[in-house]
Amino acid sequence: MIDLHLDGLTRRYGSTVALDDLTLDIGGGTITALLGPSGCGKTTALKLIAGLLDPTQGRVRFDSEDVTDVAAERRGAVMVFQDHRLFPYLTAGDNVAFGLRMRGVPRRERRREAQAVLERVGLDGLAERRPAELSGGQRQRVALARALVLRPKVLLLDEPLANLDAHLREGMRELILDIQRERELTTVVVTHDQEEAVVLAEDIALLFDGRLHQHGAPRTFFEHPATERTARFFGATNLVAGRRQGELVETALGPLRVPDGAPSGADVWVTVRPERLTVAGARGDDRQQVRGRVISSAFLGNRTRATVEVAGARLTIDVSDDALADVGPGTVLTLGLPEEALWSVPRDAPDETWGPEELAAVDGDPDPGVHRDHEPEGRP
Amino acid sequence: MTAIDATTTDAPVEVAELEGRRDRWPRTVVVSAMIALLLLPFLPLILASLADGYFYPQVLPETWSTRGWSIVLDPAGPTWAALRDTVVIAVAVMATSLVVAVPAGRILGTRRFRGKRVVELLLLTPVLVPAIAVAIGIHVAFLRLGLAGGMTGVVLAHLIPATPYVALLSAGVFANAELELESQARSLGASWWQAQWHVTLRLVAPGLAVAALFGFLISWGQYVLTLVIGGGRVVTLPILLFATASGGDASVTAATALFHSLPAVVLLVVTARILGGGQLATLGGAR
Repeated sequence: MIDLHLDGLTRRYGSTVALDDLTLDIGGGTITALLGPSGCGKTTALKLIAGLLDPTQGRVRFDSEDVTDVAAERRGAVMVFQDHRLFPYLTAGDNVAFGLRMRGVPRRERRREAQAVLERVGLDGLAERRPAELSGGQRQRVALARALVLRPKVLLLDEPLANLDAHLREGMRELILDIQRERELTTVVVTHDQEEAVVLAEDIALLFDGRLHQHGAPRTFFEHPATERTARFFGATNLVAGRRQGELVETALGPLRVPDGAPSGADVWVTVRPERLTVAGARGDDRQQVRGRVISSAFLGNRTRATVEVAGARLTIDVSDDALADVGPGTVLTLGLPEEALWSVPRDAPDETWGPEELAAVDGDPDPGVHRDHEPEGRP
Repeated sequence: MTAIDATTTDAPVEVAELEGRRDRWPRTVVVSAMIALLLLPFLPLILASLADGYFYPQVLPETWSTRGWSIVLDPAGPTWAALRDTVVIAVAVMATSLVVAVPAGRILGTRRFRGKRVVELLLLTPVLVPAIAVAIGIHVAFLRLGLAGGMTGVVLAHLIPATPYVALLSAGVFANAELELESQARSLGASWWQAQWHVTLRLVAPGLAVAALFGFLISWGQYVLTLVIGGGRVVTLPILLFATASGGDASVTAATALFHSLPAVVLLVVTARILGGGQLATLGGAR
């Protein structure tokens, strides 16, 4: 188990800053995701950890050992690329044994070890195949096996699930997590997909424009985002404009109490996840309640989603029980907004630097809920 | 090839099998036509080499004879010495041009830099400038340096057209090679040299073999530069061929011509067979 420390890691290309002053401590044996839209510097960070790029500034340490000037091949951090990069002229078995061969491990021993790792990733019997004779999912596993056979100090995975079909993703995810746990491998995963980050990682480091934006457990990104940008990247649907007044936030819905520790500021968005809203009456103890009219509702199999207009703002609510079973457009509902479900983030000035994924996350939202354009005018 | 992994259902991509079949016969016609175009000129040459007098309008020679071939293949004759010198010079040119052109080709094929277009254009100048102009120009310099009239001088002269060719072909090879595999190899513990040897060379070797072959053949067929720089003292097969041709003996000339061209044709065919046609395609654009 190697603790991984990044100290002020910076990489510039000419005048562009790909990665700006990244400081991050990654606990030994944990799996951390570097998350962000394309061009946010996450792959640059991974290559800097791998030693495939030299930082302009900053240090990389494995435990207390400074490896910044250690060449990639002696660093013990093995990178698995998104496009798996198998050597096309070698069989799967020889691909896996490649690193051992570079170390001078005798042929028989490296064959045996390669065989064992191939079995571990579920590819026994395929050692003699060439990459061209393997499916996409199998290639990805060979690439993983090729890294694992070296018993790396740090495993670096570049978008490990991105090239896989939906039905293969689950299996690959389980495999990565199982192996990571059984070997207590310090693992860094790069991804642009917040879902992938959430299902794979214990910890997420969110990067925008080469800068670390927020670092923490996946849950905090949903429930306690630090900024509007984070909230939107994680698909926040309910954003209600408000103004901080002491302990309360004045909104079109009335004064709302948000938990201590929520980022404050004069102008904020109050956020609440759709599944954390309640239908009042279902639980009797909601102190903060609002009344609104249902605009639409839809049964989604494992839950029911409704959009409710409250005082000119729209709230989306997801309910997994039958509390919304017989509501339809026009039904008047009382919604509970439990204090612990609310959060607030400072309102950003509209930002032109948002990447395509972020814009897609906003545009692709099936129900825009309360966005800027619904912001009530002329508040007291 | 027996067990199919039960957990993955996506099929291996067999591009080769998807292509082909359908449009096979038009291709066969084109290829046959090209082979015929290449080989037909050899037919009269073969006939002439085996004739004892072969004149218009005869379709076939009246009398057959192996006289031409026995003169050409005579162990005491000049052919074998010329063959040896031609091979020595061509191998030297091929090897030297590779040493210079492969690193140059790697940079040209993989990097962008200011003035790249100009460099590429300059590399084409030996193709555009007549060899005789080059030959007379460098002859003066080589005389002063004492390089005229020797094998070394001829090799250096041949490098002028050969090196840019090999460099441009190498650039195409590197541009089309999957060099990202090098950084993967580094990450898997290969040193820079190991990555070059075990990965990069494996990727580019077939293409570079073709480039090297071109370097060899450019030297093999060189006449003007050898004549001027060698000053008659370096007798390669093309020099011998021209001398024989001006001697006026048709069957000896034809046999010499065949003797000169066959090794090149054989080399080309063998290389193409070993590499498979695909490698010739990688010699395309250097981008």
